[in-house]
Amino acid sequence: MIEIRNLYKSFDGNDVLRGIDLTIADGETVAIIGQSGCGKSVLLKHIIGLLRPDRGAVVVDGINMAEAKEKDIYRVRRNIGFLFQGSALFDSMTVLENVTLGLRENGERDKEKLARITLEKLALVGLRGIEKVMPADLSGGMRKRVALARSLATEPRYMFYDEPTTGLDPVTSDQIDALIEDLTAKLHVTSIIVTHDMFTVERIAKRVVFLHQGKVYFDGRPEDLTRSNDPINRQFLERYRLLA
Amino acid sequence: MFAEFGSASILAFRTASYTSSIPRDRRLVLEQMEHIGSDSLPLVLIIGLFTGMVSAWQAAYQFKGMIPYSFIGAAVSRAIFIELGPVLTALIIAGRVGASIAAEIGTMKVTEQIDALESMAISPIRYLALPRISAAVVMLPILVIFANIIALVGAFLVSNFYLDVSSKVFFESVQRFFFVKDVLGGLVKAVFFGAVTALIGVKVGFETTGGAQGVGNATIRAFVLSSAMILILDYTLWTVIF
Repeated sequence: MIEIRNLYKSFDGNDVLRGIDLTIADGETVAIIGQSGCGKSVLLKHIIGLLRPDRGAVVVDGINMAEAKEKDIYRVRRNIGFLFQGSALFDSMTVLENVTLGLRENGERDKEKLARITLEKLALVGLRGIEKVMPADLSGGMRKRVALARSLATEPRYMFYDEPTTGLDPVTSDQIDALIEDLTAKLHVTSIIVTHDMFTVERIAKRVVFLHQGKVYFDGRPEDLTRSNDPINRQFLERYRLLA
Repeated sequence: MFAEFGSASILAFRTASYTSSIPRDRRLVLEQMEHIGSDSLPLVLIIGLFTGMVSAWQAAYQFKGMIPYSFIGAAVSRAIFIELGPVLTALIIAGRVGASIAAEIGTMKVTEQIDALESMAISPIRYLALPRISAAVVMLPILVIFANIIALVGAFLVSNFYLDVSSKVFFESVQRFFFVKDVLGGLVKAVFFGAVTALIGVKVGFETTGGAQGVGNATIRAFVLSSAMILILDYTLWTVIF
């Protein structure tokens, strides 16, 4: 379970998070939405302990990530898979080395097992035959899929997706959405998807949290948000209504 | 400046706290030893050779009319062992390796690869900093030994072919004024130069922000800082060792 209590964070005097309160139960699929720069990714990085809050607490599985020691933070992180906005594949490693890095660092040395897991995870994201390819030789969509396979390799209980469809064309975005939807159903993990793409939200999320001016402005079901008459909610959704 | 020194010290201590994981991470360390050591060797040899050659000419120019050329071997070898070998090799490594460490880690920082390591419960200090710093500490003295030998060869070639100093006279002069302390002092300096060059490269890399321009700036910053630190350390260590 993830509990965020009264979370504040500012960068160079710019208040990004201004008192976030949020609880995410095990097994939930939650989308965090909001305008660019509203603090969605910052919130996600607090949950995984990559950023430390100015004030407040982020508690994951009973560990307060704001105050925990490095070894406790790492223990929590071993249960988390994180898909970065720009994929963040290690460009000096092959696809196989990328996918298996987490396992190798956790002491797995059996090369056959590592190769088998790589093939399994790549198949799960719809890829095959690219184990020896370098990330630079992959398309944006393929890089996202490999990054997804990498984050799944350690079989995490939590999956965090940071802007999974940003920078991808509509067709590839749909494929990534379908993939996340499929994985969420298959793996029964707790999923947090940070996005400003309402198509992703409507397709995948069971719950949506709308951040506005550093606070939780809406927290509920996606269909309730889309039916909302609140002017701020409507302003955010307008573009997607027009497109629909 | 004090804040910079403080954060560099913290990084050094945090890196040192992972020293026990070197056997486990030996593959990473060996890769860096190859990058820092073997890959730098041709450049170190070329620069060492010419440094030795020009040192012989310099000594001859200063000795002319005052000191016999039979002392060139002693003068040049001591200058090479104490100063030229360690300092020039360290400056080469600062340009070639320190800057590349900053660029590599800086690129990883701005493309979220460092965050990706953290998210996978892999310490970037253990995985990135430790192999680079430990490899530099080991390889720089080895490169200095090669630089010393080739520089001495260069000095001998000039002395023998252009200054009419026979090999017997040249090497007798080297031997007569040879002190183990000179060589060891130079190697001790090289250990510090290696540590500070890699440490600055890693620190600047970890602090990189702002995309491609940030990485470019990090590269320059790493080279400038490590070059300055090598010369400051050189003076400091001279007063301690000699």
